[in-house]
Amino acid sequence: MAKIWIRQAVLRALDDAMSDDPSVIVMGEDIAAAGGPFKVTEGLLAAHGPERVIDTPISEMAFMGAAVGAAVCGLKPVVEMMFIEFIGVALDQLTTQAATMRYLSRGKLTTPLVVRASAGAGQGFGCQHSQMLDHWFRGTPGLKVAVTSNARTTYGLLRSAIEDPDPVVILEPRILYAEREEYEFDKSYRIPLGKAEIARPGSDATLVTCGAMRRVALAAAEASSANIEVIDLLTLWPWDRKTVMESVARTGRLVTLEEAPPGSGWGGEVAATIATEAFGSLKAPPHRITLPEAPVPYSGVLEARFLPSPAYVAEQVSALVSTNKPPLPWWRKAA
Amino acid sequence: MTISNSNSPLARREALANRLEQLTRMIEIRSVEDRIQKLFAEGHVRGSTHLASGQEAVSVGIARSIDPDDIVTCTYRGHGHALALGVTPAGVIGEICGRVIGCAGGLGGSMHLVEPEVGLLPTAAIIGAGLPIACGAAMAARARGKDRIAVSIFGDGSANIGAFHEALNFAAIRKLPVVFVCENNLYGEYTRIQLSTPVEDIAIRATSYNMPGVIVDGQDADKVAEAMAAAVARARRGEGPTLIEMKTYRYSGHSRSDPATYRPAGELDAWLKRDPIDIFASRLIEEGVLAAGGLEPLKAETREAVERATAEVLESPAPDLGEILSHIGAHSAGGDQRWNFWSR
Repeated sequence: MAKIWIRQAVLRALDDAMSDDPSVIVMGEDIAAAGGPFKVTEGLLAAHGPERVIDTPISEMAFMGAAVGAAVCGLKPVVEMMFIEFIGVALDQLTTQAATMRYLSRGKLTTPLVVRASAGAGQGFGCQHSQMLDHWFRGTPGLKVAVTSNARTTYGLLRSAIEDPDPVVILEPRILYAEREEYEFDKSYRIPLGKAEIARPGSDATLVTCGAMRRVALAAAEASSANIEVIDLLTLWPWDRKTVMESVARTGRLVTLEEAPPGSGWGGEVAATIATEAFGSLKAPPHRITLPEAPVPYSGVLEARFLPSPAYVAEQVSALVSTNKPPLPWWRKAA
Repeated sequence: MTISNSNSPLARREALANRLEQLTRMIEIRSVEDRIQKLFAEGHVRGSTHLASGQEAVSVGIARSIDPDDIVTCTYRGHGHALALGVTPAGVIGEICGRVIGCAGGLGGSMHLVEPEVGLLPTAAIIGAGLPIACGAAMAARARGKDRIAVSIFGDGSANIGAFHEALNFAAIRKLPVVFVCENNLYGEYTRIQLSTPVEDIAIRATSYNMPGVIVDGQDADKVAEAMAAAVARARRGEGPTLIEMKTYRYSGHSRSDPATYRPAGELDAWLKRDPIDIFASRLIEEGVLAAGGLEPLKAETREAVERATAEVLESPAPDLGEILSHIGAHSAGGDQRWNFWSR
């Protein structure tokens, strides 16, 4: 099996989708002539031409909105937000315009577009270039949100998103772009949106996560004395209740691991659902592992503490399993 | 006689080639706006409405200058534009009353009128939202190899939001077939333009984006149409976008709750003397299309037609409760009935 950079999975997904469907176009800042700031679109311009691979000015509102108009009128735009924070200046077009187009036209006008963005912390980009921000989108009926976690899920989710008839946000943990992995491309491979996967089976606790935290969860499971089942949620909205419920029915414990502060995090939704609908299966209260309610720090020393490490996650889950009581997060232990 | 009573948006649009129909449509817009105000008082309308009485020449001048296949985006002051483009009075009034007969089935309300058959995307409740969307529609037209264009209609208030500047810049660098139409009615919501905008003419801003900026007497439907024709032709030739500023005036306040007491004394009266319906009627009399004294009977007849449409609306039921969960995504009830803009 060939080793590839995870960013190549993005490129292949885009390239294959463009080859399969002439209505797919790709737009973003520096994505065409320069091949993308993270080199995820290298070669696309040469392969598909400037009418389909489009460098935009630094005008997120303009090209996000143009994607909406183009999608309504029959194209399938894939928009790149270089850092997910950049969509803040263009949010209207996604959450207010794209997400209501189908509703307001009673199914006659739809917006099959994809917003791809690099997201997440761990590389010293500072507090305005390091967030996940999935909660900006999850609360909007009409939008789907998914997070990639390795080469395979990147390819599978992105192909599904591009084929989806509605707007989809794909968050790509930037820290993974430069990781290498063994992966054999299969043009027909898809991960259906709304479907989670069990990344590691286990019997003592269900650890639900996504994105770059998948590998943290897997490493934690390896390090822990408890037998932890790791679920990669993949799609955060709509999320796969069935897979999580069935797992918790087996393990009796739920832990969510989010690369986000607790307020409005997806883990709150998962925990509330399980606590409400699977209460009888639970041996312990649902537990959330999150970031502290603080901006992402720049200093490497601080950022390393700020992000959940495998050791910390293992310790948290093991504590829950052994005591059936949720442990405090690290920033509250001193009190 | 005219065919204003047709139930087909497309037929209503095509009828606009007729001079008398152009006048009738302007009267219809005024009558619908008047009736909506009354429906509000009668308790049939929820939320708010944004009337555009006084701006009828802009609506009809635009609608008669573009094809039904061209795409239009528009802000929430859109009743007149929807009617001009072809949406029926029952479709507009029905939507504002939240009834099934409304053009969005009662799901949208006053600010969200829509009719894909005549190119009207849902009118947006957010200032400036339609300008970038029009750019994308134009990109799609070009990708399909069609000479269709997109028109974005917005107010002077939109000229100070980022989306305006970003969209003009984006359209200009890609030479997109878009006509940006600014209805400068002198007030952004409750605030006079001099307090919000350091230039008197919005059109001057076209210079920054290297496109023609045209100032038009928005009370004269023929002048509106003439400016539109030039911009539309330029767009269809592939020469890029144009910014047209229509100097106009809204007779009412910003929305239902605004009595417009901030307007200087005499301003409204001065504009009423240049009423777009009167200007156009006089021209039709000169042309021999309308008999001298023919305006008042036409107004009465149109008001009656609007009254009949209103009666039809008030007979129409509220949407089914099942609509609450419909049309959210492809997976939800209602399913895909996707409009194909390229079938004609």
